[in-house]
Amino acid sequence: MKSLKVVWISLFDSLRDLLPIIVVIGFFQFAVLQQPIPNFGEIAVGILFVVIGLTLFVQGLNMGLFPIGESMANAFASKGNIFWLLCFAFALGFGTTIAEPALIAVADEAAIVAANGGMIENSPPSLNSYATGLRLTVAISVGIAIMIGVFRIVMGWPIQYLIVVGYLGVVIMTVFAPKEIVGIAYDSGGVTTSTITVPLVTALGVGLASSIKGRNPMIDGFGLIAFASLTPMIFVMGYGMLV
Amino acid sequence: MIHILTDLIYAIAATVWDVLPIALVIFGFQLFILRKPIPNLKKILTGFLLVLLGLGFFLEGLQAALFPLGRLMAQQLTDPVFIAGDDVGRILQWWDYQWVYLFAFAIGFSTTIAEPSLLAVAIKANQVSAGSIGTWGLRIAVAIGVAIGIALGVFRIITGTPLYWYIISGYVLVLAQTMFAPRMIIALAYDSGGVTTSTVTVPLVAALGLGLASTVPGRNPLLDGFGLIAFASLFPIMSVLAYAQLSEWRNRRSNKPIT
Repeated sequence: MKSLKVVWISLFDSLRDLLPIIVVIGFFQFAVLQQPIPNFGEIAVGILFVVIGLTLFVQGLNMGLFPIGESMANAFASKGNIFWLLCFAFALGFGTTIAEPALIAVADEAAIVAANGGMIENSPPSLNSYATGLRLTVAISVGIAIMIGVFRIVMGWPIQYLIVVGYLGVVIMTVFAPKEIVGIAYDSGGVTTSTITVPLVTALGVGLASSIKGRNPMIDGFGLIAFASLTPMIFVMGYGMLV
Repeated sequence: MIHILTDLIYAIAATVWDVLPIALVIFGFQLFILRKPIPNLKKILTGFLLVLLGLGFFLEGLQAALFPLGRLMAQQLTDPVFIAGDDVGRILQWWDYQWVYLFAFAIGFSTTIAEPSLLAVAIKANQVSAGSIGTWGLRIAVAIGVAIGIALGVFRIITGTPLYWYIISGYVLVLAQTMFAPRMIIALAYDSGGVTTSTVTVPLVAALGLGLASTVPGRNPLLDGFGLIAFASLFPIMSVLAYAQLSEWRNRRSNKPIT
């Protein structure tokens, strides 16, 4: 009985999270564009799916993704082997990015931009190899980002020093990179961090900061995502210069 | 109705495919490097299953309900015929696009509130800070940042000013705020830039950018359609830092004895 009540409450929470979108779309559809809602039944089912999905996701987050991230962070901290910890950080960043659907879409568009700008030949094989190269570049850059971020947590460096270096990197690369790639590069920072990566990486960072002596999980534990959205910009502009 | 169900199965299968490399990394390191059994393995596997099912439902629901409507809306709102109103054929200025700015702001705010990865970070931040960072406070601060960012990004596409001007001035502002913000919030604020833009925000915002870049005269969709995501991941950093500064300032003021 009690668990049923919990399910109702979390379903209600998800509905509340979704409500702003429904209001915005409803307002623009009726008041501004003054058009009826097409396929009302399908939309109602879709909204129901979104609510169920969000509820299941939050349950799974607390049962699966957060505990595994934290228990691995603890295990690595007690093992005390920084080499394997950094390898794990790289593999996690690389592995979660290479299969990211948003990145695949952006890489394909970037290849078209490059072909239009005359940087590469406009044929399917060269478009394909450009897009694949770009995806690998971004995945490697996210791997390096998580690695640097984990190393920062271990060393306890203040995050802003590393971020300043990253910002300077972005500014310098912007000066030299071909104009066509800049927009895509800036966007690629945002698309790399998927819905599964974020909770895992956050739990890893917070878990590490809580199990290493002298680190504060609030000050040191966050920040891994910040690196993961900064390095792709630098690497993608670098890729645009080299290819 | 049947096609929604088959699409749902496809969406879940696609999520499994995305999760595969992550699962390989986690279980590979657990088995070969850490060589320790996973505590509560059954519960964790159930959790993974719930996340997979949840994301499958979530994505399919968005595809069936919100994305088509949102995309159509972005197209209609950026259509020059709608913007010019009765006076078709006149040259449009940047202030003629009020509805587009309002839509950009509203859609940025509302999609961010529904973003599952932001919810995850907010839950974690609430736990770690022992409740002093409220989940709603953080989410609303981030959502306001995204809303302002996307509205400004839309302004940039309409006026055709270079993207890097905005981003570099944004960086300067972020660094200036960092010097004055409470230390506790800095890492979380930087993180909130990256988490805002994933499953819900990116498709709707990309449609808005492409719609505008293909209808505003003199813009190239391939060049000017990009950049909105960059705005949406920079501005939340500022709004979260501002939120922390504001609450610190209010605390200090209320603690000050009345003279």
